[in-house]
Amino acid sequence: MTAENRTPLLLLAALAVALVIAPVFPQWQFLATLALAKGMTVLGLLLLLRTGLVSFGQGLYYCLGAYAAGIVGLHWGITDVFVLLLVAAAVSAVVAVLLGFLLATYRGIFFAMLSLAFSMILYGLLVKVSALGSTDGFNVAPPTLFGLEIAGKDSQYGMFALTCVIAFLMALAMHRYFRTPLGRLSPAIRDNEIRVEYLGASVRGAVHVKYVIAGTLAGIGGVLTAMTVGHIDPEMAYWTTSGEFVFVAILSGTGNVAAPFVGAFIFELIRTYAYQYSPNTWQMALGTAMLLTILFLPAGLWSLYERLRKV
Amino acid sequence: MSQLLAVVVDGVIYSSWLFIIAVGLTLTYGVMKILNMAHGSLYALGAYAAASAAGYWIAQGYPPMVSYGILVLAALIVGAIAGPVIERGLLRFMYGRDEILLLLVTYAVFLILEDVVKLIWGVDPYFISEPYGLLGSIDFADLTYPVYNVVLVAVCLIVGAVLAWILRYTRQGKLLLAVIHDREMSQAMGIDVGRVYLVTFTAGAALAALGGALTAPTVSVVPGMGVEVIVLAFAVVVIGGLGSLPGAALGALIVGLVRSAAVHYMPEVELFSIYLVMALVLVFRPKGLFAGAEVRKI
Amino acid sequence: MSYILETRGLTRTFGAVTAASDISVAVEEDSVIGLIGTNGAGKTTFVNMVTGYLKPTTGTIWFKGQDITPLHPRQITRRGISRSFQIPQLYGSLTALDNLVVAFGIVLRNAKPSPFGRVPKLVPGYGVPLQEAAEAMLERFGLTEFRDKPASVLPGGVRKLLDIAMALTVKPEVLMLDEPTSGVSSEEKFAIMDRVMQAARAEGATVLFVEHDMDIVSRYAQRVLAFYDGRIIADGDTATVLADEEVRRYVIGNRGREVEQGVAHAQNR
Repeated sequence: MTAENRTPLLLLAALAVALVIAPVFPQWQFLATLALAKGMTVLGLLLLLRTGLVSFGQGLYYCLGAYAAGIVGLHWGITDVFVLLLVAAAVSAVVAVLLGFLLATYRGIFFAMLSLAFSMILYGLLVKVSALGSTDGFNVAPPTLFGLEIAGKDSQYGMFALTCVIAFLMALAMHRYFRTPLGRLSPAIRDNEIRVEYLGASVRGAVHVKYVIAGTLAGIGGVLTAMTVGHIDPEMAYWTTSGEFVFVAILSGTGNVAAPFVGAFIFELIRTYAYQYSPNTWQMALGTAMLLTILFLPAGLWSLYERLRKV
Repeated sequence: MSQLLAVVVDGVIYSSWLFIIAVGLTLTYGVMKILNMAHGSLYALGAYAAASAAGYWIAQGYPPMVSYGILVLAALIVGAIAGPVIERGLLRFMYGRDEILLLLVTYAVFLILEDVVKLIWGVDPYFISEPYGLLGSIDFADLTYPVYNVVLVAVCLIVGAVLAWILRYTRQGKLLLAVIHDREMSQAMGIDVGRVYLVTFTAGAALAALGGALTAPTVSVVPGMGVEVIVLAFAVVVIGGLGSLPGAALGALIVGLVRSAAVHYMPEVELFSIYLVMALVLVFRPKGLFAGAEVRKI
Repeated sequence: MSYILETRGLTRTFGAVTAASDISVAVEEDSVIGLIGTNGAGKTTFVNMVTGYLKPTTGTIWFKGQDITPLHPRQITRRGISRSFQIPQLYGSLTALDNLVVAFGIVLRNAKPSPFGRVPKLVPGYGVPLQEAAEAMLERFGLTEFRDKPASVLPGGVRKLLDIAMALTVKPEVLMLDEPTSGVSSEEKFAIMDRVMQAARAEGATVLFVEHDMDIVSRYAQRVLAFYDGRIIADGDTATVLADEEVRRYVIGNRGREVEQGVAHAQNR
């Protein structure tokens, strides 16, 4: 069985292990849930990166998903997890379809800057809406599943398990996606757009689809974060949030659909502890890690794992 | 009527500030094809250096009028140190690689510099308001403005004029323009592109620092002040056209006036309006309002 | 007689430069045509216009009786005109096999019954699943040993073959080859051209190829179009065109013996 075909098993094993050992480490559940939720957003970035695009604006959808679900909860009192997930995914997808018409025609720096501009537009909008708490944002009620609270103050396990399962499903879906003809177009577009067009495929159309997928993933990541943290604010759409996602994507590498989750977990770990012990050097550590990755390990941490496995 | 005037005057003042900040960014991109995300941190460095230098100067009881010179000097020193360190120490190993990769590298530098600032100056805010108030204020058609702001506009015009003159009429400037137009050809003609890069990046850094230094007396200098400035500078530069000096001026003017109008008439859209303009320009005129870089293939 | 491909008065100017002037060509189905001319004579401009990369300043292009002049390259490919490139256009980081897998994947997607329909399992025209079709194509071009190597490390001749193989995945009715043997060592030229022509003819494709090597032209082309200064200065069967005085002067140059041998070769066919 090739390494590629091993991935679904690897994911399943990871899911099983995570679900089983999590109750033993209740203090880690919050961090792990958050990491998985953010990892989802980074998974979308992975898709874009494999297509040769870097988006500095995934925070737009991350924030949109969270706020859409938050508003639905605020105004209609809906706390059911599946409804909220659906709302977040739908809103993100619709906006991504609309913006995608535009963004799919850009590449390189302009794609990055335009995506950044749109997320900042959302930020600019949200900070001025006092009904939504302006810069403070507002709290999100604990999510329920069929009427039962799954994330109370006592136990985060419910939320963790749910996020785990969703992450598993998304990762598996993406893994399968890369094997479809459309999925295979990603590295082709990155390598040679002209060849793709001359074989009879629309690069713009393909990029549009991928942008929508990435946006939807970010939206799901956003609503999961909102449910876990219990609070949302416009900062989610600020460009530095998108920057963090890019950072994790570069750090993890694009070698495997599991990489974003591993990278996000490491990132959250470092962030929590670095921040505690040395809040004034944590950004420096990030920046240095990023530089080192770009210079010496351009395929990210996952490539290191692959190398070690071969040894 | 007087509100319209206020909008225009406020807009022009804000535009001048924006121009000084953005012009270095556009030059760096034009010559080196690097969109420098660390630009905001250089701005912050300039602000901190200026605040502490001028603060020390005034605290020691030296003539306060000289503090203006101190501000500028601090900025130039920051540029002269940070510029070569970043360019020679890091960027020069990355030339020729993908633009996005360079963007990410400058993003990493930005993260590092944010903490460098904290390490050197700590996290408490710095205040250096004397230079701001020292010149008094001036009345202009019902409105009162600190003379400092007028000086800001003057500095902006001087910087713009000097840069335009350097680019157009000096040999160094023409070399820069040549490299902007065609890097490979310039190299083939024997231009020392490496040196041009060093000079350009240092100049860009100094200009960013100058923007920060001039801002220092008007705000509280805090960590993270560069974060918002980066996106504003991007907006200005994108609107005007990456790599264009007159573009930076026009972009600054547009952003400044739009923001001023928003603040006066509809404050809720202040931030949103700037980025909306940026997005609109990217949509309809991706090269900016003046010629500049290319955008996409097929 | 209906022509599979026809151009009428194709002209292309770039400011003061005329890259192509009044090119009118009628191509019969199943023919093999060589396009010759010095650099800048207009051969590649012609190919670029027919395949949609460049829009002619004036003139029209007709494919199977339909005006394809305003169409985009990908639409033209889907209609049945495919091309290879002077500099092979490959997916550098993908293996030779994966390059073809991507190509066949596109063919499959284009064969969907409707925009939201399902992608068919078997590659149209080949009747086998994607992976098999890709492996078979590799074998047909003798590239199986390079199956798992990234395209960027492949030797020049192999890259050429792969590029042409990619062009054939769409089962084109008209195949345009831009200098198929340029950059290839003289020992390999004929081997490559043999394989290419075999594969193309097996598909029943009409072939037009741009070439500088007169040996190749005389061996494989039935008809030759000679370009000079943006115009066609000769159009006819190979022997006649290669012996033509103007063609000798402006295109072939003083290559004496070789050309005579080539002409004799063509005449003996």
